[in-house]
Amino acid sequence: MKRARSRVGEPPPHLGPRDLLAEALAGILQRPGRAVLTVLGTVLGVGAFVAVLGLTATATGQIGAQFDLTRATTVTAVDQPDTAGLPDGAVPVSDFPADADSRMARIDGVSAAGVWWPVRNDPAVTRTPVGDGNPAVTRTPVGDGNPAVNRTPVGDGNPMVTRTPVGDDDPGQALTVLAATPGAVRAMSPRLTAGVPLDPFMERTHQPVALLSAAAAARLGVTRLDAQPAVFINGLPYTVVGIFDQVRREPGAPPGVLIPSTTALDRFGNPGATPDQAARALVATRVGAAAVVARQLAVALRPDRSEAFTVTAPPDPHSLRDHVTTDLSGLFLALAGLCLLVGAVGIASTTLVAVLERTEEIGLRRALGAGTRQVAAQFLAESTALGTLGGLLGTALGVLTVLAVAAARDWTAVLSPATTLPAPLLGTLVGLLAGLYPSLRAARVDPLQALRTG
Amino acid sequence: MSTAGSASAPGSASAPGSEDVPGADVSGPEDAPVIELSGLARRFPGPPPVTALQPTDLVVRRNDYLAITGPSGSGKSTLLHLLGLLDTPSAGRYLLDGIDTGPLSDPDRAALRGRRIGFVFQAFHLLPHRTALENVQLALTYHQVPRAERRPRALAALERLGLAHRTDALPTTLSGGERQRVAIARALVNRPGLLLCDEPTGDLDSANARAVLDEFDVLHAQGLTLLVITHDPTVAGRAGRHVAMRDGRLTAEVTR
Repeated sequence: MKRARSRVGEPPPHLGPRDLLAEALAGILQRPGRAVLTVLGTVLGVGAFVAVLGLTATATGQIGAQFDLTRATTVTAVDQPDTAGLPDGAVPVSDFPADADSRMARIDGVSAAGVWWPVRNDPAVTRTPVGDGNPAVTRTPVGDGNPAVNRTPVGDGNPMVTRTPVGDDDPGQALTVLAATPGAVRAMSPRLTAGVPLDPFMERTHQPVALLSAAAAARLGVTRLDAQPAVFINGLPYTVVGIFDQVRREPGAPPGVLIPSTTALDRFGNPGATPDQAARALVATRVGAAAVVARQLAVALRPDRSEAFTVTAPPDPHSLRDHVTTDLSGLFLALAGLCLLVGAVGIASTTLVAVLERTEEIGLRRALGAGTRQVAAQFLAESTALGTLGGLLGTALGVLTVLAVAAARDWTAVLSPATTLPAPLLGTLVGLLAGLYPSLRAARVDPLQALRTG
Repeated sequence: MSTAGSASAPGSASAPGSEDVPGADVSGPEDAPVIELSGLARRFPGPPPVTALQPTDLVVRRNDYLAITGPSGSGKSTLLHLLGLLDTPSAGRYLLDGIDTGPLSDPDRAALRGRRIGFVFQAFHLLPHRTALENVQLALTYHQVPRAERRPRALAALERLGLAHRTDALPTTLSGGERQRVAIARALVNRPGLLLCDEPTGDLDSANARAVLDEFDVLHAQGLTLLVITHDPTVAGRAGRHVAMRDGRLTAEVTR
């Protein structure tokens, strides 16, 4: 717009942006104490806004770091063997190929993968039927006494594991015996307190060895490995090669005893066909690769029969996070909004008081050639500057709060630029809205009345 | 600028052809009316309705020095506010420099007011938190004067009024006379053709009042048109024309 001379031969009154800013700041600095009190509400509002969003993001990040990592890197595949055409009671061969471990390990993003299943007690394998079909684990071989008599039926269907051969009053322990390939053991990442994990050599050579959990070892009385102790599962001996106190990636049941899958096939037969007994794959992936690995897993295992596997990928961590965020921050954001409202009322009332106090100044400015628009703009700029100031202070305060809390908790502070950087503008908006009415009042001040007060 | 020298009106002292003359921006015939009122009136709607100014005719020519006297409530302030475009008349016509001010918009009135009229008030109306220099510069803020020009122009105006040593003083530290001189500098910094003064010496002691009136004589001699409202006969005595006012009417004109 060209500011041509109007019909009165003079350029219309004008207040440039720099002059406007200078006047606004001068007006604020005229009463610095009052300005500080005035922006307090806005400071708190914007500060609360930034802090709530920052703390929620930070806390959610921590929740994610704690429980996401293992879950987000675990993929499972359960076999659904085809039982059609088999005689009743017959157990089909698992659909997992013999080289399942290496097939899965070749998928990009897989850090460890293997096959495992809970060992069934096959009546054909054990000499005496126990309970509803689980092998018995004992410390000594069964066979020298009256095995069937001594064996107590086990209600939960676990095999009997004993420290001594059955016959000398050892009823055995009901333990979860899992058959696992070396890859599955690595995917579980057991923390060994003694010995070594199951390795490919043991797998390849069908070794009668076992890896015990610390709890199982305690119940069986195995404390040291240097004497190569043995435990007996359904009366057959297994050398204990290692003891672990916890697994990072639990396969689905807390493992008590792990034996090589080849050994398990020899002695207990094929995995069961029901979903809770069927063979399954446990895959540990690199962070972020789970979804991609899950898509490829079935085909990589059995290109000819990929439909045999039910693959489960971890939940999308983002949806989980968003859910937490919404829950936590809704109430606090409402409070922040309330603070902003209070801040707006504060700025509005202070600016209105300033207008009433400074009618003389307004009259003078009108006499010096200011139009109503310039007067209104001056007070609007003043309230907007106040709001912006409050927004800046509030943002700084909010960021400091997030940093302080994160530092105190040893967390990583998470501040989204998308919400933090525009936060001062929230104050600007509050100031602008709050200044509307006072600036209209300022424009309506009658210069006559204003100058007469002198 | 060159018209300044020719602006001297009959009866005025010899105008020095200085280039720093107020009123230099306004060109026109030598005795063109600056103010021309015909039937100008102001009624304040009640209740009760008050006619502050009866229909009034008045002509003020370039370089006139006119005093309007009258007791309080006589309507002289109302007249001054109308002349200063701070108020709008209820009836009649007001030509300022030949421009009919009646149909003008608020921005146009503000522009005219700021550029062609300088105000001097009894109460000075200086902003208390700004220095003398800043107070003078304020008058340049609304008229698209480049920022770089404002300071030298304000300094020059203060210098003219003998305040070069007080430019950074706050009004509270200035004497009454100094304050009124700052106000006059502010009124002159836009080089208006007309100076409207409302009891300019009302708050001053006699020595300071005399100094201000001496300043008015100098300004008048330089070609400025002055209109002073006062109830003080000594102030009125310094003016070339003298109009008395009573009950909203101009009653008599004394020309000397």
